[in-house]
Amino acid sequence: MTDHANTPDTTVTRRGLLAGAGALVIGFSLPLSGRRGALAAADDGPVWKTSDEAAQINAWLRIGPDGSVTVVTGRSEMGQGPTTALPQALAEELGVPMDRVTFAMSPVDPAYNNTLFGAMITGGSTSVKSDFEQMRRAGASAREMLKAAAAEKWGVDAAELKVENGTISHAHHSATFGELAGAAAEMEAPKDVALKKPADWTLIGTDVKRLDTHAKATGQATFGIDVVVPDMLHAAILQAPTFGATLESVDAKPATDMKGVAQVVELDDAIMVLADTWWTADQALSKLSPKWTGGAEDLDDAKVDRVLTEGLDAAEAAQAVSEGDADGALSGAAKTVEATYSAPYLAHLTMEPMTATADVRADKAELWLPTQAQTWTAGAVAKAVGLKPEQVTIHTTFLGGGFGRRAEQDFALQAAQASKAAGRPVKLVWSRPQDVRHDFYRPASKVRFTVGLDEDGLPMAWKARVCCPSIAQRMLPSMIKEGVDPFAVEGLTERAYALPADRSITYVMPELAVPVGFWRSVGHSQNGFFMEAMIDELADAAGMDPLEYRRKLLPQDSRHRRVLDAAADAIGWSEAPAEGRHRGIAVHESFGSIAAEAIEVSVDGDNKVTLHRASACVDCAVAVNPNIIRQQMESALVYGLTAAMFGGVSLKNGQVQEGNFDRIDVMRLRHMPPVEVRIIAEGDAEMGGIGEPGTPPAAPALVAALRRATGKPIRSLPLTAEGFTFG
Amino acid sequence: MAITFTLNGAEKTVDVDPAMPLLWVVRDVEGLTGSKFGCGIAQCGACTMHIDGAAQRTCVLPISAVAGKSVTTIEGLGQGDALHRVQQAWIEEDVPQCGYCQSGMIMAAAALVDASDGVPSDEDIAEKMDNICRCGTYTRVRAAIKRAAQA
Repeated sequence: MTDHANTPDTTVTRRGLLAGAGALVIGFSLPLSGRRGALAAADDGPVWKTSDEAAQINAWLRIGPDGSVTVVTGRSEMGQGPTTALPQALAEELGVPMDRVTFAMSPVDPAYNNTLFGAMITGGSTSVKSDFEQMRRAGASAREMLKAAAAEKWGVDAAELKVENGTISHAHHSATFGELAGAAAEMEAPKDVALKKPADWTLIGTDVKRLDTHAKATGQATFGIDVVVPDMLHAAILQAPTFGATLESVDAKPATDMKGVAQVVELDDAIMVLADTWWTADQALSKLSPKWTGGAEDLDDAKVDRVLTEGLDAAEAAQAVSEGDADGALSGAAKTVEATYSAPYLAHLTMEPMTATADVRADKAELWLPTQAQTWTAGAVAKAVGLKPEQVTIHTTFLGGGFGRRAEQDFALQAAQASKAAGRPVKLVWSRPQDVRHDFYRPASKVRFTVGLDEDGLPMAWKARVCCPSIAQRMLPSMIKEGVDPFAVEGLTERAYALPADRSITYVMPELAVPVGFWRSVGHSQNGFFMEAMIDELADAAGMDPLEYRRKLLPQDSRHRRVLDAAADAIGWSEAPAEGRHRGIAVHESFGSIAAEAIEVSVDGDNKVTLHRASACVDCAVAVNPNIIRQQMESALVYGLTAAMFGGVSLKNGQVQEGNFDRIDVMRLRHMPPVEVRIIAEGDAEMGGIGEPGTPPAAPALVAALRRATGKPIRSLPLTAEGFTFG
Repeated sequence: MAITFTLNGAEKTVDVDPAMPLLWVVRDVEGLTGSKFGCGIAQCGACTMHIDGAAQRTCVLPISAVAGKSVTTIEGLGQGDALHRVQQAWIEEDVPQCGYCQSGMIMAAAALVDASDGVPSDEDIAEKMDNICRCGTYTRVRAAIKRAAQA
């Protein structure tokens, strides 16, 4: 048994933060959006607060006697940058340079809830939007308390003090935050603080370096898979290969006979081997021949296609949009365009496979894991092992990619059950095939558009029928209204374009045994493709340039139009592409931001695709850290293009056929063209999200370019199934 | 079976199954977790280390194959606190996002830059940098490699 006593200190504890004299700790209790912070000792008393310690404060910020600033956040870091952008917002108000600032992940407590969701959840491109004001208020409150301490010390008026670079000064005095922190902690917290006007921001809006880069460039960042707890066992897992199947029996002896194996744990639908190293556990697992029973054995690609097609043809459907008389208007159309689009089930393929470490005892449980949903995890683990949520401690590590997959609880529950069975800490790591075959997939979907065009080729009647498995059904059933899962139709129902007054969008919820869940940009991921590819077809039907056609459908002052124009400009749309090259462009709004992307391709006689250049523009209204926004746009483009070209799992006998990167390909560096990213952040619109909005336009921009290159209609993804591949 | 090799400059002797991949010896036995597990079939490159200076994927490389050899992981790439020029370029170009693949990506890039005479061409980079990154850091990886080669 290897035993490394280097349990990472990835999560700040309240006691740790409060410890030490001479420090200023700023806390808030803001269980839900709209509650303004009261300093220190505030207690709104929701579910998690039972201990005396928890009743004290919820710390957002600690200024040490050395002047170091620790910013505590409940938003998980999966690459999208909240652990830089949020401290950056706080530092703006506090008046401290970023090189003094570090961050720590918070424990589970309602104080750290995502203010838009009322739970500790990182998703929906909300991290910065959720916490932006709280962070600035915490920084401003600390600044005022530091000023009050300095004013008292020097016998001057606080209003005359200057705050700059972590120092407070007056005509003949100067002191650092560290020197003042102890005295500041004794000051009364301000009831309310004025925040800087955006015009006065000097840090927000600048390319502050990410606070996590050094750790990630030196191998020091602790991901879930890196957690080491004293006395822990390593677990490998094999889950029932057929969706819905359960474990009938397994002879554990071939595994337990092996050196280093401690135990075999049986769950209803999985087996885990616990051993001294993960490799030993995985080897032992491969020696087992479990018998599984039941499950959706009749499920395969043909059935999925059939069920979705039946949904498109069904007589009964829920009404997602009903405006005017679409059928009546269609009968008067100069031309009708009908097109059926489809998109496959998609795995997330986070680089870090699912993993969690758990230490479950009789009266408490502790978990170290990469999660996007701490509140849900604590609740689910408590229920599974017979504890109360407040008896569960969650330490959030770095996430080796999230993309929605880590909002799920399956891996955490398995680790907890393994630890409970073993009476010891257990680190569970999934193999890649387990990760690919037991995902909560982006739902497969089909949509049939029937659009009537007028004499000028502009839409005058609009119908769409959507058939897409429901995510909300399992995760958030209350969101289903009158039979419509909003995730299944989002991106199709909105009215960015001047769509006809006569419009009907209907929805059929199919029943299929494939587990579905949130996948980067959720319904927008496929619906953005459907919608923009259809608009592109209509442009062709109207005989118009696809950019001009879109502009014609967008109001003069439309933000969409401005974003579209910027992406077009960045790829040089006004000049024809070189001989043999073709371009596509798309624009889509999601998560409060508008993103447009343009791609230039060439295609050889074997349908080998070369991407020559790409551009992207996003209007997110407020840009806290433009460099992170550029990163996210680059990232979303790659994620979306990968899905468009390669994405999709295939099903046979109720099982996912692909298991690893040898059969499920993703974009590599050699496929990636130069990308120019532009950001629009002006006006008084509400701050938009940034993690997801860049994903939806990628597929339709690529498909539009390929359609122009080949002259073939492309209405189904992935493109590899249509005969394309990257050259 | 006892196997001796050099890990980041220090001699190590481990008594493990000779078939155990180097990655898992380094992670679970030696406790160095900078090198990552991503696929287990040498496809993604998250486990890349240097074996006698050459980048190699270690999730399928049996420990027996490195007996007597010198292994460098991300933890041993720099000299003490001084970063390797590729790591420095990584920071300057803000390459990492989630960061999970980055140890392997940096080890592959460092081998490429160290072996290159001058700045590697786009073709060289495309050929040698086959590691998978799901955050899509590719354009910045390319830029950082060129920057490092000029450092």
